[in-house]
Formats: sequence, structure tokens, C-alpha cells
Amino acid sequence: MLLEVSGLHAAYGATRVIHGIGFAMEEKSITALLGANGAGKTTTLRALCGMVKTEGQIRFRGERIDGRSTEDIARLGIAHVPDGRGTFLNLTAEENLRLGAYTRRDRAAVEADLERVFGYFPQLRARRAQQAGTLSGGEQQMLAVSRALMLAPKLMLLDEPSFGLAPLLVRELFAILRAINERERVGMLLVEQNAAMALDLADRAYLIETGRVVLSGTAADIKRDDAVRRAYLGY
Amino acid sequence: MTLDAVILQVLAGLATGGIYASLALALVMIYHATHLVNFAQGEMAMFTTYIAWSLINAGMPYWPAFLLTVGIAFILGMFIERIVIRPVENAPVLGVVVVFIGLLVILNSVAGWIYTYTIKSFPSPFPRQPILGIHYISAHELGAIGVTLAVLALLYGFFRFTPLGLAMRAAAQNPESSRLVGIRVGWMLALGWGLAAAVGAVAGMMVAPVVYLDPNMMSGILLYAFAAALLGGIDSPGGAVLGGFAVGVLENLLGAFVIGNELKLAVALVLIVGVLLVKPSGLFGRVYVTRV
Repeated sequence: MLLEVSGLHAAYGATRVIHGIGFAMEEKSITALLGANGAGKTTTLRALCGMVKTEGQIRFRGERIDGRSTEDIARLGIAHVPDGRGTFLNLTAEENLRLGAYTRRDRAAVEADLERVFGYFPQLRARRAQQAGTLSGGEQQMLAVSRALMLAPKLMLLDEPSFGLAPLLVRELFAILRAINERERVGMLLVEQNAAMALDLADRAYLIETGRVVLSGTAADIKRDDAVRRAYLGY
Repeated sequence: MTLDAVILQVLAGLATGGIYASLALALVMIYHATHLVNFAQGEMAMFTTYIAWSLINAGMPYWPAFLLTVGIAFILGMFIERIVIRPVENAPVLGVVVVFIGLLVILNSVAGWIYTYTIKSFPSPFPRQPILGIHYISAHELGAIGVTLAVLALLYGFFRFTPLGLAMRAAAQNPESSRLVGIRVGWMLALGWGLAAAVGAVAGMMVAPVVYLDPNMMSGILLYAFAAALLGGIDSPGGAVLGGFAVGVLENLLGAFVIGNELKLAVALVLIVGVLLVKPSGLFGRVYVTRV
């Protein structure tokens, strides 16, 4: 198992946000966390990375990671594309990418990965010397995904990659995510408001409501669920 | 006012300006990481200059003592961050400012306690005679400018071209994203303090032969450094350096020809107030615009 989460609780100060979430992910699989605004999806991702106080167990490839520092968790191979993209706005696009590979010592492989990333997102090559804050929203999202990829992760946590992007761009980005998943053999945990896109990409999905998992299954099953269709897919 | 006299004052201004530039740069480095101005920066420089004095007095040749002092300052700076600043990381601004002032007072009195308040002379590594037959500027002043520029070039190279320098810049501007790529942000902050202390130590050792060594030697200089950092833009390293040289020259010219030496320090205060009133972001600082 790539990731096993059980009985996960998380709180911001006194405000409890997730109440005993549990789920599991196979290596190289794509899992979607669906749910309305404020359901606790972003908090779940932040909890996995040790960015909020948690209770419960998180195992990454069999190893307990709950309670460890964010830096250590990143070093294990979990790359988080956070809510709001987390771009280093004052640095160049290339510096952003190199920071993604900060913990790696295999220099030759890093250079090769840089080329690979430019292969997935050719626009970034043209923008490599440009200050990241001056990139368009779409380019910044590509940069954020690329920065995560530069970590050579085993698991990518993607928080609303479609946020603020035009529909055409979202489709393009999701196609690239699928290609990355297949070629790089990296698992993806995807948080999305755009449930239709997410379910097309994912193998499995979990529906979260007010901090609890209320429905889980294969993406195909979830897509057929009447309640999900009415509430999240809108038909 | 002859041309010769003006050139003399400008060169002397550049020499002291280099000192202000170094200290201003140290202030900017800490500001980058914490968004606070370290009031104890001058006292840290003073204290490490005393360490150099002890080493030299114990018989160590100048340059080894110089390098050792820079190393000690670096460790001392990291130590201060870890022990004193870390615990108040999330404290309100005013609390941290009080800690800075406390640090200032502690360093000052510990230096006075160990070394007494008697003024001591501090050696210069440069010859007494003017070099290259240039009579406008003493060898020490010329040397101090050279050392300052070398330090600045080293720092620029470090921050611009090394992965660690990049990580430090990243940690200062976006700690959360930095953690997500595995950067140990806490250590980057400590490293920043170490570097700032090392730069300050160089400034202290370069200025001590001119102002002599005593526990209060840096108080006026820190004020000029504040003015320099503000003039250049408190978040701009390059601006702080230019600001340092500008303040040095301005101070000397005004002191010599306009207001007299007694009012020199007032120049710094007027500059500080003037910059804050007219252009709070400084000459090279970034104006932050927030979209709402």
C-alpha cells in the first residue's frame, strides 16, 4: 500500500475539522477526495503533510508518518501541490523547479527531470528565466505540478489543480496528469471541486462530508451513485 | 571648498559607507527572514570585534584571527537564533522587539564586564603609509572598502548561484512551500543569523581601528546603517549596500562643508525620518500591492 490512513482527526486550534477519516491507496493509483467547500478535503491533505495537528495513523509505504515534520515527510517522497499553488513568486520559474529538487543529490537525474518536465509543459521552458509571479494562472499551476514532480515523488497530493483555470486548460492539465501518472509511476491523491473531471481521472474516490468519509468506491461506481450525481455532477 | 577637499571627503565617505553598507546588509538579511529589524546587530558586531581583539592580543596574527572571528561570529549568530529568537518566533512583534533590545543590553554589558569600558585601540591589517602614492585616502580606508566589496561579492555569489543560497531565499519568502519541498526552514533562519553576524563582525573589525574599541562603539554606526537600509529599501540587499555608501558620502560632505561635524549623526536621523515620510519603501524596495 502506498498510503493508509485510519482514524485521522485534525483541528485548527480548538476547531475540529476532520473526524476520523480513513482511506487507503495502492501504489501508482489515483484517488480523488470529493466534497463540498469546507468538507475537510484540504485539511486532510495538510494533515498528511504534518501541516496541522493530527490524531490517528498515517502510513506511507508501511511507515508511520503521523507526527513527523513537513520537511521530513517531503523528503520521504510526498510532494504536495498546495491550495493556492504555493509558488515562490519572486523567484524565477527555473528556480522554483530547482527548489522542488532541493533534497535530491542525484544531480544528473535532476537535470534529466528538468528536461522531462519541460517535455510535459513546453510553455515553462520558454518562461524558465521569468519571475514566477508574472506567469499566468495556468502557467503557475503547471509550474506547481512541475515543482512537485521535481521531487521525484512516490505520491503527489494535488489540491484543486483546476482552480481558476479555463475549462479547456483544465482538460489539458488533467490529460497531462494522467500521462504523468502512467509514465512516472507516481500515485496521486486529488482534491477537487470539479467532481466530473476528478472521477474521469481517478481509480477510486472518497466522498467527504463535514470531516467524515460518507461514501467510497471505484470512480466508476461513485459516478453512478444517484446522490453524488445530483449533488456533485449536476445531472 | 576646493575640489581636492571634496574628493577627500567623498573617498573617506566611501570608506565609512562600506561599513554602513555591511551592517545595513546584515539588517536586511535578518529583515528578510523575520520582517523585523534586529536592534542588537551593532552589539553583535561589537562583541565579535572584542573576540578578535582577544585573539590578536593572545598572539595570533591578524588574518587568521580575522577569519576565526568571522567563524565564531557565524556560530554565535546561529546560536542566538536557536536559543533566543526561536522561542519567540510566534510572539507578537512588540515582544520580539523587546527581545532584540534585551539582547543589545546584554551583549553591551557582558562586553563591558569582560573587557571594561576603557577604550582600546584595534590594529589595522593595512600599512600606515598611503598605498600607490594616493594621498587622498589612507591605506586602511582603501583596504576597508576592498574587504567590504569582497564580502558583498561573496554573499551575492552565495545567494545567487548556490542551492543553499536559493533555499535560504525561498525559506525567507515562503516558509510553507519551502517545507513542502523539504527545506529545513528553521535551520535556514539560523543560517541567516549566522551570516548576518559574520558580516557584522567584518564591519566591526574594519571600523574598530577608526573609532577605537569600546562597548558603545557601534551605537552611532548602527544608526547610520538603519538610515542606509531604509534609504535603499529595507527588503533590498543591493539597495542597502548602495544606501550604505550614499549615507557615508552624504554624512562626510554635509559634515565637512554644510553643518559641521557636531551635527553629523543628525543626518542619519533626518534621513530616516525623511525616507519614511517621502518614500517608505526606499529607493530600491518593493512596493507591495495586495489584490483584494
